[in-house]
Amino acid sequence: MEAVGLLFDGFATALSPLNLLLAVAGAFTGTVVGALPGIGPVNAIALLLPLVYALKLPATSALILMAATYYGGGYGGRIAAILLNVPGDPSSVMTTLDGYPMARRGEGARALAITAIGSFVGGTGAVVMLTLAAPTIARAGLAFGPAEFVGLVVLALAAAAGIGGGSAPKALAAGAIGLLIATIGTDSGTGVERFTFGLLEFLDGIDFTVVVIGLFAVAEVLELLERREAGFSSVPEVGRGGLSLADIRATFPTMARSGIAGFFIGILPGAGATLATPLAYSIERRIAGASGRFGQGDIRGVAAPETADNASHAGSMIPMLALGIPGSATTAVMMGALMLYDITPGPLLFQNNAPLVWGLIASMYLANVVLLVMNLPLIRFFVRMLLIPPWVLYPLVIALAFAGVWAVNNSVLDLVLATLLGVAGWAARKAGVPLVPLLLGMVLGRMLEDNVRRAMALSDGDPTILFARPIAAVLWIASIAVLLWPAIAKAIAARRPQASA
Amino acid sequence: MIRIAASALALAIAVAPGQATAQFQPSNPECIAGAAPGGGFDLTCRLTGRMLNELGIVQAPMRTTNMPGGIGAVAMNHIQAQRRADPNTVVAVSTGSFLNLATGKFGRWTENDVRWIGAIGADFGVIVVRKDSPLRSLADLVAALKANPASVPMGAGGTVGSQDWMKAALIARAAGVNPRAMRYVPYEGGGQSMAALLGGHIQVFPGDASEVKGQLEAGEIRVLATLSPNRLPAPFADVPTAKEQGLDVEWAIIRGLYMAPAAPDEAYTFWVDALRKLTSNPAWPAARDGQGLFPFDSFGEEFSTLVKSRVQVMRDLSKEMGLIQ
Repeated sequence: MEAVGLLFDGFATALSPLNLLLAVAGAFTGTVVGALPGIGPVNAIALLLPLVYALKLPATSALILMAATYYGGGYGGRIAAILLNVPGDPSSVMTTLDGYPMARRGEGARALAITAIGSFVGGTGAVVMLTLAAPTIARAGLAFGPAEFVGLVVLALAAAAGIGGGSAPKALAAGAIGLLIATIGTDSGTGVERFTFGLLEFLDGIDFTVVVIGLFAVAEVLELLERREAGFSSVPEVGRGGLSLADIRATFPTMARSGIAGFFIGILPGAGATLATPLAYSIERRIAGASGRFGQGDIRGVAAPETADNASHAGSMIPMLALGIPGSATTAVMMGALMLYDITPGPLLFQNNAPLVWGLIASMYLANVVLLVMNLPLIRFFVRMLLIPPWVLYPLVIALAFAGVWAVNNSVLDLVLATLLGVAGWAARKAGVPLVPLLLGMVLGRMLEDNVRRAMALSDGDPTILFARPIAAVLWIASIAVLLWPAIAKAIAARRPQASA
Repeated sequence: MIRIAASALALAIAVAPGQATAQFQPSNPECIAGAAPGGGFDLTCRLTGRMLNELGIVQAPMRTTNMPGGIGAVAMNHIQAQRRADPNTVVAVSTGSFLNLATGKFGRWTENDVRWIGAIGADFGVIVVRKDSPLRSLADLVAALKANPASVPMGAGGTVGSQDWMKAALIARAAGVNPRAMRYVPYEGGGQSMAALLGGHIQVFPGDASEVKGQLEAGEIRVLATLSPNRLPAPFADVPTAKEQGLDVEWAIIRGLYMAPAAPDEAYTFWVDALRKLTSNPAWPAARDGQGLFPFDSFGEEFSTLVKSRVQVMRDLSKEMGLIQ
């Protein structure tokens, strides 16, 4: 219980007027950049870094500002995903699946409220676990090697089968296209350029953000234009459907499961929210089974990914704080900030810089409270956005998204690519091809390929490495069970009436 | 602030007489970072730019522009195509870019197509194992590699052919082992590689000194050798260089700046002097340490010669290792 005492000291640090102000400022900035497609929390934090250094903020304050921004991003990403079907950041792609149908039914406020609460539950639950057992958990996370990663991605893919609606062949085709997009760039195993067409801009692959903006934001506008032509008005009702206590009670098991899954995936270096959200969503979809209306606006379908998202953010702080290992792009930037302050991130951080670490952890609790308090009343304001005519709103979103991409990458090609992908996305929608499997293929495909190759490099080409280790084997068995579950469930259902007869 | 202002003033007085080149001052100066915000290039630009402004060496505020792609290849293309004579723009560069220049990954541009300004510092390669590893010296590693190159899985944060791979490959080559026969696992970034090392998935991590410092201080790892010309300061002071252990391998991750090929001489001279003034300023070491860099002084013609010879060495190496024809 030593941790509790240290945490109290941490609260004393975090509650100083400057740090509290920075936590609020960071939470707000994070929410805004998280809500806008094009610029994400990673970019925002990286841009904050030289600023905090120039302002000569103390290291603890700088880290609190950055962590609050990171956190805020987790809350912000859901807004445009739910209301406009445009994910604000990569990890809120899954939130569009049920969030947008809810908003179309006039339940935007309900979806925003439950996701704010889910984000809070996920974020806070994960920080509690971080407080109690960070070093132990961090060590356990290291046992996860390439083979285990392969198992985890396979489980995500198995559980995700059928997501996004559309016919199975079309979803499969979309997933395959996503896999193909993921192969563009420099091949990690050999250093050979793949499908770059000699363009230097393609050497590092295609940015996920660009694909999301094209397939969601641009395609949405094209579809809108067409609907206007056909004389279709699309202002949904906004007033209806607040959140009830029954909603919270009904989604609580979902939040608990998704929070735990998100947290543990967040700890693994190299996984993070882009793996946690589809996995949490898919698991909940499977658990709900026929009782769920996943894909048509099931409230659990928005609670699951958003809870997992924020839990994974807190989880990804663990390897950084406990081991000095940055597991994600965002924590890598934060570690860069520590170095600027002449603090060496490493396993001794907890010992040598206890006030900093505990101040930061305390600020995470506070940031979550601030974000919840800030987000709930703002829902009314966000929902009003939908009263803006779509022909103003969507072009505005695209302009902001393009400005964001331009500000971060300065690449004309990215903008051209987003536009072309937008046209392709529009055509795909016409043909009834679901786009979420494409994005999953892209993200999970890259993760799968990288880890299979790592495993093969370790075993000198012996594929048994993928199944030999216990955690990997368990994940494979779970994947098979998930795939066979519909058949098993049917068999059980078929036998039951006979048994009772 | 007062201290910095005072030292800037002292410097200005010291430099003022007889410096005709001080007449040029860039307008709307800009630093291009060939990577997304948050990386090494980005820090080089933002911190160097800020210091140049704070010390009054560059008067107009310096702006940083990110242009990610191919470790600087996209930025190089941009300079060649659109700013061939720009006196106001400098571009961040590192050893990673040199390697890509050597292997032809900068398109048709080579090391002779820009004006090299100077270095701001350097990091050095290190060969790292876990604290409980049976490998206790570089000699142990060499012996293990010779006995069976596949028995020692190495991993680092770059693809085959990248500079992280090069560090491992150079050790293998010096041990008389074909680098293609070694077992190399590419991770994404030094953090993931360190996690794989501590988790026991790989046995050797050819990393950079600045990124392993924390683990060394905590006693989690053992550094078999630094790939530096001389021993590095604490906590690396007890670690022998590869050269001391009889392996002629050196790997410096130099960070610096270049500018457009047709930039006017007065602008070039201005920027070379600016880096000289910056790196000799008493406020600089702290800022350089913060970026994880050790001192590395090389400017103007000297830097240009250095870069060209390094790129040539890498080109020869890459040919020898079968990376390019």
